[in-house]
Amino acid sequence: MDSPILQAKNLTKIYGQNVIFQDISLDVYRGETIVIIGPSGTGKSTLLRCMNLLTPIDSGKIFLNGKEITARDANEDKVRQQIGMVFQNFLLFNHLTAFDNVMIGLSKVKKMPKAQAREKALYELNRVGLSDRADHYPGQLSGGQLQRVGIARALAMDPSVMLFDEPTSALDPELIGEVLGVMETLSREHMTMLVVTHEMGFAREVANRIVFMEKGSIVEQGAPDDLFYRPQHERTREFLWKITELYGKKEEKS
Amino acid sequence: MLSNFLSYIFQGISITIAVTLVALPAGLVLGLGLALVNTYGGVWLKRLSALYSLLMRGVPPVVLLFILYFILSGNLVNLTPFWAGSVSLGVISSAYQMEILRGALLSISGGQMVAARAIGMSRLQAIQHIILPQALRIAIPPWSNEASIVLKDSSLVYALGVPEILRRAQQLSATTQQPLLAFGAAALIYFVLVFFVNRGLDVLAKKTRLPTQHA
Repeated sequence: MDSPILQAKNLTKIYGQNVIFQDISLDVYRGETIVIIGPSGTGKSTLLRCMNLLTPIDSGKIFLNGKEITARDANEDKVRQQIGMVFQNFLLFNHLTAFDNVMIGLSKVKKMPKAQAREKALYELNRVGLSDRADHYPGQLSGGQLQRVGIARALAMDPSVMLFDEPTSALDPELIGEVLGVMETLSREHMTMLVVTHEMGFAREVANRIVFMEKGSIVEQGAPDDLFYRPQHERTREFLWKITELYGKKEEKS
Repeated sequence: MLSNFLSYIFQGISITIAVTLVALPAGLVLGLGLALVNTYGGVWLKRLSALYSLLMRGVPPVVLLFILYFILSGNLVNLTPFWAGSVSLGVISSAYQMEILRGALLSISGGQMVAARAIGMSRLQAIQHIILPQALRIAIPPWSNEASIVLKDSSLVYALGVPEILRRAQQLSATTQQPLLAFGAAALIYFVLVFFVNRGLDVLAKKTRLPTQHA
């Protein structure tokens, strides 16, 4: 078997007196789509932010392509170029058009020649179906469009792994589909993805593996069918039952 | 007689403008450095810059001008009254410009920095390419106000004997016994200068405004 592309070993994160998560280990393999689920406040988002060093961990090690990125001499900026991140609240650069949002990393971080950066930015915008919105500013785009630009911005850097931090949680229900659609395509193209989401439909259809986290630790992980139909832990069963019921009710209403 | 009168004061305009053109950019560079240090620096840099701002803004400009003048044209460095006065005004203005820019920097949401770091930018790159372009746009209107204050405060260097507008008006008032005419002419010139500076910066604000930014 391949060695993992992204590997977390015994990660612990503590804020003051609060243990956010403890002793978390997770291997992410090339081309895999992993969905992390679990109740709010269990440290899923913080775990994701620790994976690309936006938030420092208190103990443990993280490896990217076999190299320890939590080592003292690791170049954090270089590491983050290889790990794309998509945020719950989009966080597009407000003073730049959709096109420039995607291009700025190429021209300023990768120092790519202008013409080449343009071409690449246009390609990525096209990939998320937004080439016709290239010259729009964030304030002129819908939530779903904003998030797709956010995905294009991250993809432009040609990352080894993409992290999605609740990418559809801030969206109106009718806009969720366009974002999930882009993510599903990426998954089919074998992009390596680590996704925190409450979209159980997406988790069941697209994930290769689901990780259930609660109270700062991984309770259970496995193939979607195993987790949904044959959960090993009572807590997993309860959580999935609750959230599916909620999800089902929402669907009935609409 | 009146034309001689006016042309004597008019010769001071270029000096007033020169003082402003030294003081304002000097204050901007210094103020921007202080604002960045105060916003992104460590605890001690924050405290020191805050203390600087407090002291500078807590003393009348003319008092600071005299203190700085005697430092800048003393034994260690010996600048001409023009340079000593202009640099001093720049230093005084830096504290006010720091506060303007600090406010603008703080108004940019923290998420912008996070997103910039997430695509691999260093802190410095993020400030340069993401934070400052947004903050500076916001800062133009209050900065325009500070620019007109510096222009008007340039009249303080008359106390150092720099022959700018006010100094010349005062001389004319003494020699011609026409104080109302002399100072009235000075007032009119200052008003016109300030008017055009503010209009110019309004145009700049409009030109750099984003289509999604509110006026």
